[in-house]
Amino acid sequence: MSVYTVVSGACEGSLACSTCHVIVMDMEYYNKLEDPTDEENDMLDLAFGLTETSRLGCQIVASPELDGIRLAIPAATRNFAVDGYVPKPH
Amino acid sequence: MAIFRARRVLWRSFSTISSHPLRVCIVGSGPAGFYTAEKILKTHQGSQVDIIDRLPTPYGLVRSGVAPDHPETKNVINQFSRVAQNGRCSFFGNVALGSSISLVELRELYHVVVLAYGAESDRVVGIPGEDLKGVHSAREFVWWYNGHPDGRNLDPDLKNTDTAVILGQGNVALDVARILLRPTSELAITDIASHALTALEQSSIRKVYLVGRRGPVQAACTAKELREVLGIKDLYIHIKETDLKITPADEEEMKNSRIHRRIYELLSKAATAGPSQPSSGQRELHFVFFRQPDRFLESYDKKGYVSGVHLEKTGLKGIGSGKQIAIGTGQFENLSCGIVLKSIGYKSVPVDDLPFDNQKGVVPNVKGRVLSDNSGYPTSFENGLYVCGWLKRGPTGIIATNLYCAEETVASLSEDLELGVLASTTRLPKLGRDGLLQILDNRNVRVVPFSAWERIDKEEKRLGSLRNKPREKLTSWEELLKVAGSE
Repeated sequence: MSVYTVVSGACEGSLACSTCHVIVMDMEYYNKLEDPTDEENDMLDLAFGLTETSRLGCQIVASPELDGIRLAIPAATRNFAVDGYVPKPH
Repeated sequence: MAIFRARRVLWRSFSTISSHPLRVCIVGSGPAGFYTAEKILKTHQGSQVDIIDRLPTPYGLVRSGVAPDHPETKNVINQFSRVAQNGRCSFFGNVALGSSISLVELRELYHVVVLAYGAESDRVVGIPGEDLKGVHSAREFVWWYNGHPDGRNLDPDLKNTDTAVILGQGNVALDVARILLRPTSELAITDIASHALTALEQSSIRKVYLVGRRGPVQAACTAKELREVLGIKDLYIHIKETDLKITPADEEEMKNSRIHRRIYELLSKAATAGPSQPSSGQRELHFVFFRQPDRFLESYDKKGYVSGVHLEKTGLKGIGSGKQIAIGTGQFENLSCGIVLKSIGYKSVPVDDLPFDNQKGVVPNVKGRVLSDNSGYPTSFENGLYVCGWLKRGPTGIIATNLYCAEETVASLSEDLELGVLASTTRLPKLGRDGLLQILDNRNVRVVPFSAWERIDKEEKRLGSLRNKPREKLTSWEELLKVAGSE
């Protein structure tokens, strides 16, 4: 696990938690993403620090179109910082 | 920025503990325990963390609470087992706080003790007839179908009736309803305990009532679980449309809560979708709102057995800050049934030498630091004693809630270490793991280390593969300890 991997994925991408919750910093990029499914919205219901541009990180598929996207991690702990990075595709 | 801060905390911790490691004991190996262990191991290099649990098996409610048909929710076990396999971490099962080792002894052996043992008891309704046969707590019923060794002998009678009443409308209530109503062919390929599968295959229950004191806007379940139960194949859902009427106070509640808004929408859609009558032989799920239990009714033919619930209609009353409570209206009705499952909340159990708030059912604390008494007045903290999870916050939230809970508790711990609050203890070396194992050995306690749990795990998976299940749980203390102990 690299030092930049600060997003937890407790359910390993199966839409059964909200630990990978990220906030899309720019509305322009938020709108480029496919709408969340009911299942993703159900998990977002439970996310801490939910915002208008919140998404689950495990549901964002990296593509060239999203190059430059800035994501924030909700300030749920003292040691988290707002950083700009593009999630690696998996 | 974050990295610099983390390094500074690490450096300070290291210099504080210079010649001897920080020894931590965590009581309880559920999500609260494991998230706490993970955070401590990461933040305090050189720390030694021992996790004890009274069961031979780790993972708490992830193993004994999450429903068998929710396997992906259990994926977090992979993360927890990596923590347990860390060289500085040890898991010791079959070690009970109180009977195997006392809290006073643990605080002597370790610099830091974190209590994360959750809530193993129930809120009581507190009405007549509560100890009639056939009235069970949902917690025990869940332990039963999940193969918890203490739930094995519940032996609920699912054959004397076609109707079950569940008090409560939270996620546990929905789990219980779903397990009672799901086609058993679907359950047969899960890790449900085989004694429960057998009982469910012979069950005559066809109607389940989920009874809530308040309305659909206040229902405590969450969307994913509600959506799932509403989507069960060939299940007739009944919700009274008049129960869906909302008041300005309800609208205010929904405006402030996305969860409640979406739950109300789901329930509204379900009330009008689908047929108005069940087809012959179809299983039924009824959502009953605005009813609180007044007493349990005793059967005339079978003395000592429950035959129904006497319910009082309720109205809602605002008590400020947007909250509404249920108030009885004096109008009553009966709901017949042969089994009642109370799903109104778990409750923690106190231990000797531990301050406890009996009203809230938690250990009095501030951000995880245990207070010396429950007076509520400014008081001192118990040096080196912390709390995390349900024992700290009460029995609410999901698995991930403990991630943030652990962050907070460990932040308090780290701050205390940094500021020298624990200097009087951390100055000296502690016996820790070796001391604990010595005492347990003297008492003939059969400790189950992680490698022994792995034997249980392997055997359960092997038995499961013979039956097309992910695992076949060992459900008795004897079996568990036998397999754990076999070399």
